[in-house]
Amino acid sequence: MRIHIHGSDEIRSLEITPERIYMNRRRFVGRAAKLAAAAAVSPSLFACAPSPGRSEELSDSGGSGEAGRSGAPGQSGIQERDWSAVRSELDEPLTRYEDVTTYNNFYEFGTGKEDPAKNSHTLRPRPWSIAVDGEVARPAVYDLEDFVSPHRLEDRVYRLRCVEAWSMVVPWRGFPLADLIRRVEPTGKARFVEFTTLHDPEQMPGQRRGVLDWPYVEGLRLDEAMHPLALLATGVYGRDLPNQNGAPLRLVVPWKYGFKSIKSIVGLRLTEEMPATAWAVAAPREYGFFANVNPEVDHPRWSQARERRLGQLRKRPTLMFNGYAEQVEQLYAGMDLRRSF
Amino acid sequence: MPAWTCAARSNGLFLMASSAHRRRAVAKAAIWASALTPAAWLVWRATQGELGANPVEEVLHRNGWWGLVLLTTTLAITPVRRLTGWHSIVRYRRLLGLFAFFYLTLHFSTYLVLDQWLAWEYILEDIAERPFITVGFSAWLLLLTLALTSTRGWIRRLGARWLQLHRLIYLASALGVLHFYWKVKADTREPLIFGAVIGLLLLARVPAVQRMVSRVRTGPALRPGRHVAER
Repeated sequence: MRIHIHGSDEIRSLEITPERIYMNRRRFVGRAAKLAAAAAVSPSLFACAPSPGRSEELSDSGGSGEAGRSGAPGQSGIQERDWSAVRSELDEPLTRYEDVTTYNNFYEFGTGKEDPAKNSHTLRPRPWSIAVDGEVARPAVYDLEDFVSPHRLEDRVYRLRCVEAWSMVVPWRGFPLADLIRRVEPTGKARFVEFTTLHDPEQMPGQRRGVLDWPYVEGLRLDEAMHPLALLATGVYGRDLPNQNGAPLRLVVPWKYGFKSIKSIVGLRLTEEMPATAWAVAAPREYGFFANVNPEVDHPRWSQARERRLGQLRKRPTLMFNGYAEQVEQLYAGMDLRRSF
Repeated sequence: MPAWTCAARSNGLFLMASSAHRRRAVAKAAIWASALTPAAWLVWRATQGELGANPVEEVLHRNGWWGLVLLTTTLAITPVRRLTGWHSIVRYRRLLGLFAFFYLTLHFSTYLVLDQWLAWEYILEDIAERPFITVGFSAWLLLLTLALTSTRGWIRRLGARWLQLHRLIYLASALGVLHFYWKVKADTREPLIFGAVIGLLLLARVPAVQRMVSRVRTGPALRPGRHVAER
């Protein structure tokens, strides 16, 4: 699905970013080595609020016309930013853009891994609105731009571990979920955040079959949602999210199995009660609310001890909390992770 | 009758015999060609780097899927024979069964080598503790037995018991479908389709169903009787 080979000059596409989206724009100064160094710093630093040196802050290319909208940068586009030199903080190379965008679980467009890339052209990610309600001081429906524009977008390299025992390393672009939650001012009663995906079988043909109970719903405990690693992403590889990756707005919770990272979000609700999440409803024995990556707690039908990184043949051991244990384990202190799986 | 007519007729008989032989050879060649096409296509895609982001999974799933298709085809031979009276197709049943075994062996080897890298501690744990792998492995073992005893020598040696032994294909197919059904996460459509088709093919072997089928086949002969009943 190579739609648009991005032109010769990546920086120019940043320069033409319209004023209204432009926030704290910073010229992309990091050369390959610098960016690699930046991305390779310790995850605990990575987890803090934005500050120069760990995640490059870049203006959003969202809405900047073809560059962002077309979704798929050509190889040249990737080369120009030299993503090839970017690595995770554990010194892992990124998963190829092509693999990140053609191997997706997004049942709204079909249950095959390649279905979303083939079928998601029917999704219209603009215009887009997001309803924020429930236990918040100021419930409102936001236009996507108003929702995103107060935030500073940054690139973050995260591992994504699917419950099916494969994984990727992905450079997301987005902003901390915590910043958004602070902005909407939760009431004292709020304990959970519930997210909802668009429900529109016209745009999401997979919803014509009752494979899951549509719309897809996911949720986090409020303290999980406030964790600085939890990201609301609008882009990947420096571009707007392609439809198959959850355009125009998705969640990324890197220490949990991929199905927690809900795509194409239209609703965000603060609640007192634990939300009934899509997979936990579909198969409560197999998928829990927490779904933390845990090599010691197997899926009832398969082992979670190892995983295959896309692009590599041999399996590798799965890390506790997907390698983010140091940052997140205190969230689960005293919990029996075997029972709260 | 002129002599040349006679010559022509015997020549014709000779031609008929040889053309039946040729037809069989062509049919076998066609089965070989079509049964090997999915494997060839897989190899071709692999050389082109077109197996997608997770080539091991793709090879694993493709081979398993084609194995089930061929197993279903093998099971269809007997009902099709009974229904159509086209008895000569039984000749191709063993070949189809062996191709089913071929794909399922590729499937199992892909799991052992490419997926697990022969990490026996994990493999044994999988077989012992993951029911979908336990049933898949059992199905493969059954088919291995059937493949090994599919030779003329074994048919002769086992006599009547050979037929009984080879009824294990019913169990192997059922386990194969169960393996597929237990593997998928939420979209059970495909394994259910396989289950329905294989279920029908097994049902067609139940004596009562067979009698019904043969009554349908010989339908016209029963017409007078129905006539009587109507009166």
